[in-house]
Amino acid sequence: MSLDRASLKSAALAQLCAIAPEVDPQEIVSARPLRSQVDLDSMDWLHFLVGLNERLGVEIPESDYARLVTLDNLLDYLQEKLA
Amino acid sequence: MIPFELPSLGADMEDGTLLEWLIKPGDTVHRAQVVAIVDTSKAAVEVEIWQDGVVEALLVMPGEKVPVGTVLATLRELSQAPAPEAKATPQGPTAARAEVPGVSGQPAVPTPAAQPAGSDEPAQPAEPAETAQPALPAPAPALPPATTSSATPAARPTASALAQARHPVSPAARKRAHELDVDPERIAGTGPHGSVTVADVETAARCRSTEATRRPVPVPAPASDAATAAGPHPLPPAAALARERQKAMRKAIAAAMTRSKREIPHYYLAEQIPMGVALDWLQQVNAGRPIAERILPAALLLKMVALSLRRTPELNGLYRDGEFIPSEAVHAGVAISLRGGGLVAPALHDVATKPLGRLMSELSDLVRRARAGSLRSSEMTDPTLTVTNLGEQGVASVHGVIYPPQVALVGFGRIAQTAWAQNGWLCALPVVTASLAADHRVSDGHRGALFLAELRDRLQQPQALAESLGGAENPQSPQSPA
Repeated sequence: MSLDRASLKSAALAQLCAIAPEVDPQEIVSARPLRSQVDLDSMDWLHFLVGLNERLGVEIPESDYARLVTLDNLLDYLQEKLA
Repeated sequence: MIPFELPSLGADMEDGTLLEWLIKPGDTVHRAQVVAIVDTSKAAVEVEIWQDGVVEALLVMPGEKVPVGTVLATLRELSQAPAPEAKATPQGPTAARAEVPGVSGQPAVPTPAAQPAGSDEPAQPAEPAETAQPALPAPAPALPPATTSSATPAARPTASALAQARHPVSPAARKRAHELDVDPERIAGTGPHGSVTVADVETAARCRSTEATRRPVPVPAPASDAATAAGPHPLPPAAALARERQKAMRKAIAAAMTRSKREIPHYYLAEQIPMGVALDWLQQVNAGRPIAERILPAALLLKMVALSLRRTPELNGLYRDGEFIPSEAVHAGVAISLRGGGLVAPALHDVATKPLGRLMSELSDLVRRARAGSLRSSEMTDPTLTVTNLGEQGVASVHGVIYPPQVALVGFGRIAQTAWAQNGWLCALPVVTASLAADHRVSDGHRGALFLAELRDRLQQPQALAESLGGAENPQSPQSPA
């Protein structure tokens, strides 16, 4: 499966809104750290990644978490995994 | 006759608003079945019943706000197989509470007036299943056949199956749907098991306001994409309601915490605990597990707290009427901050005896439901101590306020890389500050210190949990408050 960046972004934002319904996706700055912008604790973060895993079928090992700081990082990572 | 009263869903609850009945006169109900949704200032709570019986009359109608202890409904014992425990129920309170507002004037015998008006949306799952097909292609929730009628006692479903059959719509979502005049049965759910969430309801309301309602979404899978795609149509009542809710919650928290500070002579202890071994072990464990079964440090800390309490039972239990009653089981109240402010501390049951994997999946489920405003009454009433994990927000340590009638609160700060002297060497280690706030009426600092030392030692030997690690399967089981 290969998805363009825009579809990946909309999938990621939809998943984010499912966990943090008060978030306005348009206000998220994709080059800034995601978790602090949206106030995600470790449980929220895990639910977010589990949701992405269900939507996209991407397995994200714990050792890769450190790479996923900003939304841009995440999209790069997902594109790489789905390529 | 058995009275079913509004239970106290926590020390800070004085009254509640009945949102919905999930039963009707003539229904057979079973122990641990969710029978009503009640709005406290903190959440819409699924209220369980703890007796078997047949519903005789519903005495309080949806929308009514009544004090704790009000008789909400009356049951009669199952005639074919009377439950012995139901017989032992004291009959006294019924008469004593007949004067309670909201019940006064209602005779205790069933009357047509005491039954829900038939014009309301059907609350029974059997009807929507036949008539109201969801307009959106929702992922089909795995509903067991809705055989809730007493006509088929042979195929009696378990209480948890019943509870699940009732919950394709979260209580909070049902409440919101009512406010926005949306039919929740016609909305595609994006929550756990395809359940309809508050966000789904609000999205549906927005879609309707742009006249896009009832139009099937072309792509079935990303139903919740609609939440993002929908424009920012304002829903003014929601903001006002949220503010009201916030005010009520602040008031409830203030009442409980004031009581705590007035009645409980707190003492505080803290201990720095190296977490290197525990985190390494957890990483190894997680490497072999699919993402949905990964275990967070929070679950490990909860488990270790529960095991450590075995040495100091005077920290685990309830203080009532001038007397401490220790609890055999550890039901940890997990402090969960809510988005938009406030917090709840519902119980994670039997933490000491459950395998870690199962504990993690239950914790995950509990956090999800707490934030969706969808908790069960047993979870609100029976924590035996509280654990708070404020480190997520970046603080070094927390000095907690005990939640009465509990007698202790364990707090964890941030797990941070720290300069640590060990075996004559200085090294950098992840370290967490664990704290204990405890009740001097029941224990002393010396015993509290023993507990923290035990906790520290156990966290250096996480592999002791390996044999009881367990999978994530089978996360649900009904709990009795007894």
